[in-house]
Amino acid sequence: MTFRLTLTVNGEPRAIELDDPRVTLLDLLRERLGLTGSKKGCDRGQCGACTVLVAGRRVNSCLALAVSLDGADILTIEGLARGDALHPVQSAFIEHDGFQCGFCTPGQIMSAVGLIREGQAGDDPERIREGMSGNLCRCGAYIGITQAVLDAQARMAGATQGDAA
Amino acid sequence: MNRFDYVRAGSVAEAVAAAAEPGAVYLAAGTNLLDLMKGSIARPGRLVDVTHLPGLDRIDHLPGGGVRIGALVRNSDLAYDPDFAKSHPAVAEALLSGASAQLRNAATVAGNLLQRTRCPYFYDPASACNKRDPGAGCDARGGETRLHAVLGWSEHCIATHPSDFCVPLVSLDAVVEVEGTSGAREVPLDALHRLPEDRPDRETVLEPGDLIVALRLPAEAAGFAGHSRYLKVRDRTSYAFAVVSASASLRLEGGRIGEARLALGGVALKPWRARAAEAALTGAEPTERSFARAAEAALAEARPSGDNAFKIELARRLIVRTLTLAADGTPERMPALPASAFSGDALHA
Repeated sequence: MTFRLTLTVNGEPRAIELDDPRVTLLDLLRERLGLTGSKKGCDRGQCGACTVLVAGRRVNSCLALAVSLDGADILTIEGLARGDALHPVQSAFIEHDGFQCGFCTPGQIMSAVGLIREGQAGDDPERIREGMSGNLCRCGAYIGITQAVLDAQARMAGATQGDAA
Repeated sequence: MNRFDYVRAGSVAEAVAAAAEPGAVYLAAGTNLLDLMKGSIARPGRLVDVTHLPGLDRIDHLPGGGVRIGALVRNSDLAYDPDFAKSHPAVAEALLSGASAQLRNAATVAGNLLQRTRCPYFYDPASACNKRDPGAGCDARGGETRLHAVLGWSEHCIATHPSDFCVPLVSLDAVVEVEGTSGAREVPLDALHRLPEDRPDRETVLEPGDLIVALRLPAEAAGFAGHSRYLKVRDRTSYAFAVVSASASLRLEGGRIGEARLALGGVALKPWRARAAEAALTGAEPTERSFARAAEAALAEARPSGDNAFKIELARRLIVRTLTLAADGTPERMPALPASAFSGDALHA
């Protein structure tokens, strides 16, 4: 049996045919759409390396069946930059050394984008660490990650005010 | 992961009919189910996807003062609903102390109720488990039992129920609305989960095809909003299951406790309502002495199921701390570390 679904992936409508309902969103992105930025770490929802935004909310793509997400709007790390212009969270991760080996980084960045959109952490480092606890970094770059999130959030808030002015 | 048939239900009636077949289970977010299927712990023949059912993702504040929460409301949406968090602060705090932000964004409230135990022997197909394979035995007995049950367990199963959300809910008399093959009915949350006895494979009172469509909190639950806390001791400060947790809600009247609600998590195979402790608190002064007496009453029947006698004393102390914080008053703002004993306000209690 073939399962037909439509997804919007990084702004582009995609018609997808699946021959097997077992395909997770992560496997769909990596193995069938060639978007290998989202990483498969634990594949069990424990590490956060597979984090993407679905309808603007961060989720573990390894624990979602693609077939169930018919009609959803997906944003992955590949859809974040505008051409060569990095997203403020991407720039902040580079400036604050928010990574070492880089494997967890796409998930960290997508989670940080989701956290900032949720608007619950403010500029409290403790709330940011709590809000990022679903993303593990085996290199232990947590100090840089927290600083990057704080900085990116401040820059995005400034940019929003600038746009409004 | 085993092969399965995928059915997307278009209506509740269609879902119930499709899920009443042997081997069928419901799929909501799948955050627990997919994990179990990847480990070959769950091998359903059919997944009935209910995520596209209309109308089950609403939070309705009822005219009489109660709240009706649709089964598909996501954990984070409920916790961050400003009206709900204000009227049911311990429930919001419990939700935010569970799992990670990614999981809370996906997981549904009904899925939270029906999540399976995280007993490592249940999760290990090479271990004997009466829950997975009735009559096979329980390898947790005599094994690594630090985190296992101290209340309501049997020789057949010493697992615990992992939900934080359920702990304040059961103390506040939450009711589950169920649609099944023989129509609609209501089940008090306290009666939803079964203790293991000699059939730990029978986890709830739900029958094949039964679908939870909503969860309801009565109007009285909001009467505790000013004095409600949830505290959760865990092996790390965030993103860990409870070693022991407690939910305390008080109604204070003229310097005394008019009514008390108390429940424990991480101690039994169901969220554990401590009714004897509630009775001991009613009419008492909100003092450490009263709280210690309540803690004694709550754990009177407790016994270790292995190397976990420490959980009994830990639960007593946590009850005293949680009641002390509840009596002090619900904080204006959600603590930076929800339900943590290491949050600034909790440290001084």
